Amino acid sequence: MSLILTEEQEMLQDAANGFLTENAPVAAFREVRDSKNPDGFCRDLWKEMADMGWAGIIVDEEFGGSEFGYVGAGVLAEQMGRNLTASPFFSTSVLGATAVQRYGTAKQKEQHLGSICDGSTLFALAVDEGPRHHPEHIEFAATPHGNGYKLSGAKTFVADGHVADKLIIAARTSGEANDPSGITLFLVDADAEEIDRTHTPMIDSRNAANIKVDGLEVTGDDILGEVDKGYEALEGILSAGRAVLGAEMSGSSQQAFAITTDYLKEREQFGQKIGSFQGLQHRAAHLATEIEMTKSAVLKSLQLLDDDFESASATCSMAKAKSGMTAQLSTQEAIQMHGGIGVTDEYDVGLYFKRVHVAQQMFGDAGFHADRLAKRSGY
Amino acid sequence: MSDLEQFRAETRAWLAENCPEEMRDGDITAENQCWGGRQWEFQSDAQKRWFEAALAKGYTVPTWPKEYGGAGLSADEAKILTEERDRINARKPLSNFGISMLGPALLAFGTHEQKLMHLGAIARGEIRWCQGYSEPGAGSDLASLKTKCEDKGDHWLINGQKIWTSNADISDWIFCLVRTDADAPKHKGITFILIDMASEGISVKPIILISGHSPFCETFFDDVKVPKAYGDDNLSVVGEVNRGWDVAKNLLVHERGMLGTMSPLRGATGPENLGGYAAGEIGVDATGRLDDPSLRQKIAQAEIDDWAYNLTVERLNDEANAGNGLGAKSSMLKYAASELTKKGSQLRMDIGGTDAATIGPDGIEYGSLANTWLYNRAYSILGGTTEVQLNIISKRVLELPSA
Repeated sequence: MSLILTEEQEMLQDAANGFLTENAPVAAFREVRDSKNPDGFCRDLWKEMADMGWAGIIVDEEFGGSEFGYVGAGVLAEQMGRNLTASPFFSTSVLGATAVQRYGTAKQKEQHLGSICDGSTLFALAVDEGPRHHPEHIEFAATPHGNGYKLSGAKTFVADGHVADKLIIAARTSGEANDPSGITLFLVDADAEEIDRTHTPMIDSRNAANIKVDGLEVTGDDILGEVDKGYEALEGILSAGRAVLGAEMSGSSQQAFAITTDYLKEREQFGQKIGSFQGLQHRAAHLATEIEMTKSAVLKSLQLLDDDFESASATCSMAKAKSGMTAQLSTQEAIQMHGGIGVTDEYDVGLYFKRVHVAQQMFGDAGFHADRLAKRSGY
Repeated sequence: MSDLEQFRAETRAWLAENCPEEMRDGDITAENQCWGGRQWEFQSDAQKRWFEAALAKGYTVPTWPKEYGGAGLSADEAKILTEERDRINARKPLSNFGISMLGPALLAFGTHEQKLMHLGAIARGEIRWCQGYSEPGAGSDLASLKTKCEDKGDHWLINGQKIWTSNADISDWIFCLVRTDADAPKHKGITFILIDMASEGISVKPIILISGHSPFCETFFDDVKVPKAYGDDNLSVVGEVNRGWDVAKNLLVHERGMLGTMSPLRGATGPENLGGYAAGEIGVDATGRLDDPSLRQKIAQAEIDDWAYNLTVERLNDEANAGNGLGAKSSMLKYAASELTKKGSQLRMDIGGTDAATIGPDGIEYGSLANTWLYNRAYSILGGTTEVQLNIISKRVLELPSA
């Protein structure tokens, strides 16, 4: 298989680019931010995305999806990263859809995939219990109760948790806090009485929630995947999330860099374009190289998710690490090369800087994934 | 089964039958690869058998047309051949500058007669080529080269000096940039010429580097006569007289392409993966992590960069095959590969500690870690320095303004 987009995928890319620059440019993102919209995104825009088949981008056609796979999801995320489009796409259409489609029962698929595709149900994944990503560290308790379980515990940084209709919660059914086995995933209604959600606005103007659950009773039907073996499913969902976040950060890197090279070609100091200074040219050329490396890493991880989902985990880690580092460099350099206006709210480069920082933290930063890959390689 | 699937199946079977076990250790060093040439002696029977099997199939130069000794494979087929070869870790049956640099330039700029004369000999491993580009006064500013080439009717007369001519002492022919018009602007008076190294007036002197050994030489031209025609009409000049820069640039893209496909961490610094090597040398702690957290982080970082780099080689090749030429992006590959290569061997030296810095009674041992580490310093200098590559990316890819 070639490491390039197919014709169909290129068409999707063009369509996404056209739609988003028209309907959801950075200016639209600013509007949502400045209006203090409690959702953190525009519901009409989300409806339009769903109508175009984006909400069900990875969902099989038989459930109403457009079956474009993870490469398709990445193509969309990349364009969203370019435009800083805020939407429930990531939480619902990537994390939620992956969880249900890959690990759900026939009944769960029947029940949820359709409403993911039409955009009517929003999902959120509740994994972490502290400020740094640590998916094995699950203390959130699921204790046997009657025929089912009783859920109690707390989760942090549940992206889109404040608007979600459904929560996927990683809970401990056996074992110790850092034990990968003994974790079980539960799919529950987010508006249950026993669930307390605290909206936590983030630096990137997206939204998340801290979640506390106190004695929520669930049954076997609410389990997603297998009891005690939820970590494998969680790994799969996180891998998909990491690759797609990588695509989003790749898009943000590219756009921040494009804005910057335009500026280098127009801004004059000392009587010449600042882009003619070798001190800046070499940094720009280095960054351009890193961006090319990132595109390849991301595309490979997405292709692997489509071709051989189970084997994609390490590649997704690599892609998340590489794209995170590049995005950080790209947005830092964007600010520095813009000089004073780079740190103003009026210029967009700062918005990219803030977004990629949160995307870096989400599901593990470059250091987390370097550690993970090193362990896997025996050192 | 599609044609390509069929081709893959056939290729896999052919490799299984024809590639000797001993040749399945990866094509990893300058020492164990098959270079060819008049002075070439096979290092083993397996190497000879592998070369001969590949030659019979046109697989020493798989994408070249059949009439010039290749197998005429399409880009897709060539990719499959590479994948299948890599799958069993097979070495390349033959690799040298004729295949990677001169051949592609001749295919693009040579006459039919030139192709017939030279390509087949390259494919058959008969002639080993070296490259005469740099001069003592023309390094990064290559186009300022001065080696003089005068038109003497039936022959050219060449006087001057080349430097960094890799393996000039064991090569048979040299492709050379010479000055044919001293008055024209510097890029417009250069000619690309092919010279037999056995010609009278050529002398070669090896250069000793900080690594203690090197393939590099100085090559001196003292009234060297180059006949304009060999036999019927095989001209010694490739492309037009005074337009050699066009050929040179094309060839530099291939050179960078080649330098940019070295699988930096593995290829240039040893067969074992860096992390595995470190774990063996340094040991791991109770959690299985390398007992040196700072080195561990650097190694993991380098391995991530190496992985992304290798995927980029694959992606850019696929894009080139799909019709979007690689062009100046080859500078990105060259830049990334040479910096990564240096980083990899630096890390190996750091892992090895004072053991790695110890030399033998006769100096730095050939093929040792220290030898590789020192030699690798040259990677970001040869074939256009890192700074030159960054200039090219700025100008050609990013189109930033000139000063």
